[in-house]
Amino acid sequence: MDDTAAATQKYPPGKHPSLPPPGLSTGPLLWIKENLFGSVTNAVLTVLAAWLLWVTIPPLLQWAFLDAAFTGESRKDCQAQSPGACWAFIQNRFELFVYGFYPVTERWRPNLAAVLLVVALLPVLWDNVPQRAKLLIFTCAYPFVAGWLLIGGLGLKPVTTDQFGGFLLTLVIGVTGISFSLPLGVLLALGRQSKMPVLRTLSIAFIEFIRGVPLITLLFVASAMLSYFLPPGTDFNLLVRVLIMVTLFASGYMAEVVRGGLQAIPKGQYEAAQSMGIGYWKMMRLVVLPQALKISIPGIVNTFISLYKDTTLVIIIGLLDPLGIGKASLADAKWQGLSTEVYIFVAVFFFISCFGMSRYALYLERKLDTGYRR
Amino acid sequence: MGDTAKLMRSSNDSIIQIIEMHKWYGQFHVLKNINLTVKRKERIVVCGPSGSGKSTMIRCINRLEEHQQGQIIVDGIELTDDLKNIDAIRREVGMVFQHFNLFPHLTVLENCTLGPIWVRQTPKREAEEIAMSYLARVKIPEQARKFPGQLSGGQQQRVAIARSLCMNPKIMLFDEPTSALDPEMIKEVLDVMIELAGTGMTMLVVTHEMGFAKTVADRVIFMDGGEIIEQNEPHAFFGNPQNDRTKLFLSQILAH
Ligand SMILES: Nc1ncnc2c1ncn2[C@@H]1O[C@H](COP(=O)(O)OP(=O)(O)OP(=O)(O)O)[C@@H](O)[C@H]1O
Ligand SMILES: [Mg+2]
Repeated sequence: MDDTAAATQKYPPGKHPSLPPPGLSTGPLLWIKENLFGSVTNAVLTVLAAWLLWVTIPPLLQWAFLDAAFTGESRKDCQAQSPGACWAFIQNRFELFVYGFYPVTERWRPNLAAVLLVVALLPVLWDNVPQRAKLLIFTCAYPFVAGWLLIGGLGLKPVTTDQFGGFLLTLVIGVTGISFSLPLGVLLALGRQSKMPVLRTLSIAFIEFIRGVPLITLLFVASAMLSYFLPPGTDFNLLVRVLIMVTLFASGYMAEVVRGGLQAIPKGQYEAAQSMGIGYWKMMRLVVLPQALKISIPGIVNTFISLYKDTTLVIIIGLLDPLGIGKASLADAKWQGLSTEVYIFVAVFFFISCFGMSRYALYLERKLDTGYRR
Repeated sequence: MGDTAKLMRSSNDSIIQIIEMHKWYGQFHVLKNINLTVKRKERIVVCGPSGSGKSTMIRCINRLEEHQQGQIIVDGIELTDDLKNIDAIRREVGMVFQHFNLFPHLTVLENCTLGPIWVRQTPKREAEEIAMSYLARVKIPEQARKFPGQLSGGQQQRVAIARSLCMNPKIMLFDEPTSALDPEMIKEVLDVMIELAGTGMTMLVVTHEMGFAKTVADRVIFMDGGEIIEQNEPHAFFGNPQNDRTKLFLSQILAH
């Protein structure tokens, strides 16, 4: 009341003081009234939503937690305890879900690789990490370190890749695909914009081919047909083939996402850079790509997330990703009929990873916002 | 051709030579037989109606546009397809654009040090010192840590001028540097340009600011339909235009 009165009060010209904005409603009750019951439609929607939550959430919680059984050696044990979820099953197979058939005595190696992955990611994700330059060198070396840890050799006991499984496999495929598809996609996008006809045509052909073919087809090609094309006797690891296919597949999409970002960069940016006599690659690295990639963040993360989830498709060519492990475990007579538990467990794992990526992307977008709108 | 180039270099007082230069956009003959010699430290204003080819002409000088016929020789180097030559010339020729074209993802200071650090291999500390001195010269040292998006148009254009100057160019090209600015900001940019002219910089300025032309220019060039129609020192150019098209243009532009 006071504020509005003040705002309508007369001041001599040029003497009007700056006033606070007219009273924004405060207090939870007022907030609820305005935001949840502001109009009839709004009120109806609020009631409907509340009702839906009421019918779905309590039974779900009941099943998943209150009525759930967490220990036991078979489904019967669970049923004897309670009518809800049988998490004992997951508990029982947990290591299998995480490592697949990776030898038990060697599991410290994937664990160490995971810890080092976090270290390698730190300087990439945050730029105020201490010793960032040194850490970045480690990041570049990480693929080799991780490869050595996981596969062995050079003093470590060799582990064949068909023993990889579960979330370990998801992470190997996902992280490899994510880290190589972005640079490859950027190169393809630049190739597609190149003035050199051969390079441009090749890039377009590649991108269009990748986008025109389902990933499953590529995976089948990787698992079966590639051996026809390769010289006989070459043993080309199946996992490596899958990694290559997944990476290429994502990079085709990535290229188009990045191209969208490139197209949003005004010609003046190129001209300003060129007029300083900076070369093509420096111009791209310092001026164009930082802006284009920033604009493309939502699309890039979208591609990352779908790549990550698509790793589950490898089940089709017989690799044991978490779904494969789940399926195999369900075949056990002791645990039959618990597919809900398995799929919820796997879904939660994927949701956490993907939600994490998406939150990080939001953080990054906000951080890179320099307030330029034109 | 090599002989001509050498000859040009020896005539030391001319820094830009455009000889019988033609340019087409597809079928459209946009620049017709342009002949222009710019002496060191000369200040030239280019004017003419919209679409007459002013921007295209000065953009040919640093190869943002390619000419198809004739010769352009800048500081003794002829502009050909040779990328080395092009980059060598671009290092010596600064350009200021109508829409500033600052790099929005970099701070003002980083905008100014990008060229020196990555093109001239100046150490970062030194580049920053030079940048700060130029930012002081365009009177916005206090904005160094801000992003371009946080500055007014006039401030942005002054940063753009400072950014070009940080490359220590021999020639500065201006393409309508004040056309995108509100009237009260035009003066602050023109003041910086007048000060720059006082330092003996070779300047080629496309502008409709006739006051600037009268006070600063050694020569005013009038273009129409892709040709240089008339050129003269400002007093004679404005006082006694020869060509009818020049007269018409001046009467229109001075009527405002
Ligand atoms: N990329 C292009 N492709 C085809 N035609 C072009 C292109 N750029 C400019 N033109 C044409 O060339 C002519 C000269 O353009 P230019 O930009 O040099 O004119 P200008 O004298 O700078 O005009 P203004 O005062 O409006 O900036 C115009 O008719 C324009 O339409
Ligand atoms: Mg123009």
